[in-house]
Amino acid sequence: MSTVTEPQSAEPQSGFSTTPGAQSLRDAARAYGQKVRGGDVGALPAVAGLIALVIVFAALRPATFTTAFNVANLINQSAAVIVIAMGLVFVLLLGEIDLSAGFAGGTAAAVMGIFMTNRGLAWPLALALCLLTGVVIGTCIGLLVSYLGIPSFVVTLAAFLGLQGLLLVLIGEGGTIAYRNETVLAIMNNNLPVWLGWTIYVVGLGLYALLTFRRSVSRRKAGLTGDVLSVWAFKTVAMVVILGLATYYLSLERSKNPDVTSLKGVPIVVVVLLGLLIVLTFALTRSSWGRHVYAVGGNAEAARRAGINVAGVRLAGFVICSTLAAIAGVLLASRDNSVSPTTGGSSTLLYAVGAAVIGGTSLFGGKGRIVDAIIGGLVVAVIDNGMSLLNQSSGRVYMVTGLVLLIAASVDALSRRRAAATGRA
Amino acid sequence: MWRVGYQPVTVHNPKDSNALGISVVYQDLALCDNLDVVQNMYLGRELRKARLLDEDAMEARAKETLSGLSVRTLKSVRTQVASLSGGQRQTVAIARAVLWNSRLVILDEPTAALGVAQTEQVLLLVRRLADRGLAVILISHNLTDVFQVADEIGVLYLGQMVAQFDAKSVTNNQVVELITGGRSGDLGLKRPQNTASAPTTGTDAGMQS
Repeated sequence: MSTVTEPQSAEPQSGFSTTPGAQSLRDAARAYGQKVRGGDVGALPAVAGLIALVIVFAALRPATFTTAFNVANLINQSAAVIVIAMGLVFVLLLGEIDLSAGFAGGTAAAVMGIFMTNRGLAWPLALALCLLTGVVIGTCIGLLVSYLGIPSFVVTLAAFLGLQGLLLVLIGEGGTIAYRNETVLAIMNNNLPVWLGWTIYVVGLGLYALLTFRRSVSRRKAGLTGDVLSVWAFKTVAMVVILGLATYYLSLERSKNPDVTSLKGVPIVVVVLLGLLIVLTFALTRSSWGRHVYAVGGNAEAARRAGINVAGVRLAGFVICSTLAAIAGVLLASRDNSVSPTTGGSSTLLYAVGAAVIGGTSLFGGKGRIVDAIIGGLVVAVIDNGMSLLNQSSGRVYMVTGLVLLIAASVDALSRRRAAATGRA
Repeated sequence: MWRVGYQPVTVHNPKDSNALGISVVYQDLALCDNLDVVQNMYLGRELRKARLLDEDAMEARAKETLSGLSVRTLKSVRTQVASLSGGQRQTVAIARAVLWNSRLVILDEPTAALGVAQTEQVLLLVRRLADRGLAVILISHNLTDVFQVADEIGVLYLGQMVAQFDAKSVTNNQVVELITGGRSGDLGLKRPQNTASAPTTGTDAGMQS
């Protein structure tokens, strides 16, 4: 009784009309507008908020906030929070949370300090041990969460308390471990020579332009939609201008006494941040492992049925988060010249979670990017920095930061609702 | 222990069965809402070039497969699955199953959550799969659907196969009796038992247990 007949279709079988948009700059802008109206706001609120905050603080404290010295300082202030937030993006994408990342960083930095300062080990070896500490912490958390099935909130809360204690034990009550190695201290305290900053700028953007151009050409050749030349040119020029301004600004002399010490050039930590941004973004968007992270965060059961090792992906997420926390711990120690029992403590972790969420990474899993951590981290740092320049008490700074986080979480929840209504989710 | 062809095989997880050319379209579709159509179709089996995702090849082949199944309802293969209708999702789930040169496709209640027009579309698609030479097992309790697409019908009663016959040789009523009572005339169990059931209909049995 196979009585099904094909419907008589007058139209020729055309396959698909290709992806809408991106045929011209106007199309690209319209497609983006639709995306945002449909509830997929991405990093837009964070970027808008960042610009608004910068304008407000620049207007209120023109003499201090926008100085090159303060801008470089702001980057240093935010670096560790940004790196922890990058790690948290992985965990948040999986729909989990890691509350222990701050003290994981502190503990790893203490391990590095003990071997480097107390035992006299070469810094690369000490750094390797520091990263290993992060891997071990992440593995323990990951195993408990993914194989034993304990909620990550509880496991990492326990790890938060436990690592806080371990850090105290490693350092000893009231003490600190000094960092004396010049190379390690240079990360947060020195700048690239001006010429090197510009070289990296030119080479980096050249590669970016070349790779994106080749990609759009090869996609169009394969009969798929790629950015047309005007869209590609717009994106590239935007990058050239924004990063050019930043590099120029950071290359200005910012020492109060240029005759005594010269202070100019891109801070070294910027290279660390950009390197991590590129490598991690690549892993998340261009490898099948990265795809599986999004899949597990979106629908873990569907991922399992598709043959993905869900527990393994979760485990790797926690390992990456703790390892990045270890790197952040080194940055904190390099900035303070030492590790103390509060390294990675107090508000570090909460600022990092805030940074990831403010940047547009969803707390519900499955949505987020590494660059969110940088944008969100800058928002948090600008609030912190700008308000202290306004001579506000730290009590008020916390309250405002809390408010901004709440706004970001509301934007996340509201955009999800809007997305569900317009069928984008 | 199962036999595929004449080789004994052991299946531990979804990955093993995929490797044997067995694809399952689950009742809840098992799609990731936050990924697009191409990403879902290749989930867990991404194409790679130099260890990196080969997006272009995946997109091109996904388009090809969907066109091959005469699917014209999708606007773009880069649409997020969250924004698709129930019928479109079902289409994606089925297309995923045929993307891999599967030998056997098992569909669990593919029309359960669909409207009339969408059901029609999905049934057309199912029939097209069978016409392409794939073995298709369609699990359904909707007899209209069953008679519309099935070549051969098998009825399960209390977890036991009670009858298997050519779809043209029976009537709707006979199948209902088999489903509810386990027997109908000379078909099915010899002695009637309790009620409750879950019927199976198969087109082209391609696999024996």
